[in-house]
Amino acid sequence: MRHGVARFVSGFLFLPVALYLLYVVWPFAQAAGYSLTNWGGYSDRQEFVGLDNYVRLFSDELIRKAFWHNVFFLVTVPLFTIALALFLAFLLNVGGREDRAGVRGVFGSGFYRVVFFFPQVLSLVVIAVMWQQIYRGDGQGLINGLLMRIGLVDEENPVAFTADPEPFLGVPAVLWWLLFIAVWSGAGFYMVLFSAAMQSIPKDIYEAALLDGAGRVHTFFKITLPLLRDTVSVAWVYLGFIALDMYALVFVMTPSQGGPDHASEIFASVLNFTAFQKGQFGYACAMGVALAIFTILLAALQLRITRRERIEY
Amino acid sequence: MSTVTRPPGERSRAAAPGPATPRGGGGGGLGGRIFNGFSHLFLVVWAVMVIYPLLWVVMSAFKSDAEVIRQPLSLIPEKLNWDNFSRAWVDGHLGSFFGNTLLVLVGSVGLTMLLGSMAAYVLARYEFPGNRAIYYLFLSGLTLPIYLAAVPLFKGVYNMGVVFPLLGPNSHLMLILVYVAWSLSFTVFFMHSFFRTLPNAVAEAALVDGASHSRLFFSVMLPMARPGLISIGIFNVLGQWNQWYLPTLLMQSVSGEPKNQVIAQGLIELSVNQGYRSDWSGLFAGVTMAMLPVLVVYIAFQRQVQSGLTAGVGK
Repeated sequence: MRHGVARFVSGFLFLPVALYLLYVVWPFAQAAGYSLTNWGGYSDRQEFVGLDNYVRLFSDELIRKAFWHNVFFLVTVPLFTIALALFLAFLLNVGGREDRAGVRGVFGSGFYRVVFFFPQVLSLVVIAVMWQQIYRGDGQGLINGLLMRIGLVDEENPVAFTADPEPFLGVPAVLWWLLFIAVWSGAGFYMVLFSAAMQSIPKDIYEAALLDGAGRVHTFFKITLPLLRDTVSVAWVYLGFIALDMYALVFVMTPSQGGPDHASEIFASVLNFTAFQKGQFGYACAMGVALAIFTILLAALQLRITRRERIEY
Repeated sequence: MSTVTRPPGERSRAAAPGPATPRGGGGGGLGGRIFNGFSHLFLVVWAVMVIYPLLWVVMSAFKSDAEVIRQPLSLIPEKLNWDNFSRAWVDGHLGSFFGNTLLVLVGSVGLTMLLGSMAAYVLARYEFPGNRAIYYLFLSGLTLPIYLAAVPLFKGVYNMGVVFPLLGPNSHLMLILVYVAWSLSFTVFFMHSFFRTLPNAVAEAALVDGASHSRLFFSVMLPMARPGLISIGIFNVLGQWNQWYLPTLLMQSVSGEPKNQVIAQGLIELSVNQGYRSDWSGLFAGVTMAMLPVLVVYIAFQRQVQSGLTAGVGK
């Protein structure tokens, strides 16, 4: 019998573990190894250079730029997405008319719930290609076209969107435009998530607050928000990973995949360019390892900050 | 996070969750009505911001090229130019890319579910040395960025292709296996917590009745885990359908080789190429074709899709 169990367990585990080791673990391990060499990727010449690649990272102007752009997305994508999603969820759940039965969800909330979720089921590439057309730098683009029609934008001087490296609040405009797409596509999903969490808060908590004379907005900040803390912190961690994924938008939408003039360069775009255009595999692997360490530290930090006692109800 | 795994529609259908009437404070008749009006306004604005661009893309797909340039903003095409779709389908190779994507997805999602739940089941319900180590090995894949593995993965697949062309670059089988491997982390993580909650009594009864361990899994435990399988299934279908980085990395065809690319690559190619050929309507048609099937399926099964995807985050 015991023998049978061992055979069963190893039989069930063999294929999944083998595939995972081959295509996920092994490449990760190799990347760590290559990062200590000067391997170009296309030749057999491969010398051990120790930590040289890592030292080089710190003095690399492009990497420094990309790093700050990553940090920008890491802060803004979760911040704006969560704020908007919370606001939408709040409006949906307590925005409605009042009657004897209490405050209702807004009329048509089922419809909004379905529609706001649309971008979540579209692939990033579809979203990127679509917004590329919306953001077009001439009258053929949706936004520029509309703005020209109502006379807000001069036909000679359209909004450049993702081709605009000029800083706005110290950050290149192109990054803000990409951020907008990320928020547009993420808000609905997190609204549904928060909405479900809001509905699981028992009503008597609200009733007690109302007896004490609290208003709608007040109850939101003093009761709903603190009770949603768990959900919000999970969303924050999750959006942090999505922020690292902005590469799809950069890849499809910006000139020379990180331009103009490196204004939208992020870690992933620099890594890919270094590996496959410049042919510096060793150096690119060092970037990857640095990115991984950064990600893990960040995830640990976020979990640490947001961890708090759970409220049971 | 068990609170978010509840299907979102369940209670919202009965309207009226949320707090009861705020008397005094900021509530009251007029204040409430203004608030109500403001909520409607904002919700409508956001709904328009979501729907309008999608509608614009779909409608532009029916325009002629001249019309796209002359009247880019109009939402009603002068006449329905269905040939935009056939052009994107045939000349833009979207038809064959669609076929490739479906072929890969059928294999990869099926295999992900099978292998993922097998591993999760064994890890969740059997004790053996190394159990935790393997579990954490799978878990660690969740935090590591895919870009780190890009270079060695590319090299490894390339080298493998020299010996076994079926596992080399530009092969469907290879892409299926890579998708499965990269989806295992989350699938194992999700199903692991699901299998843990299943009752022991049923399993013991089946074993006493003489069922083998694998029979117990396939005919008792797997059917019992159905809700979890549906959630993670939806998650994997969408996740793998949306993949673009792995295919662009691994599915480049050298000239003369068959075009095995997936739909995301087709769209990127179309959006780059229309730059010189300025076939705008064909591009819109391509985006529409990539977009509509998913949207239709979503609208049909919106409750399941929403709960499936949010459950994925909540765990």
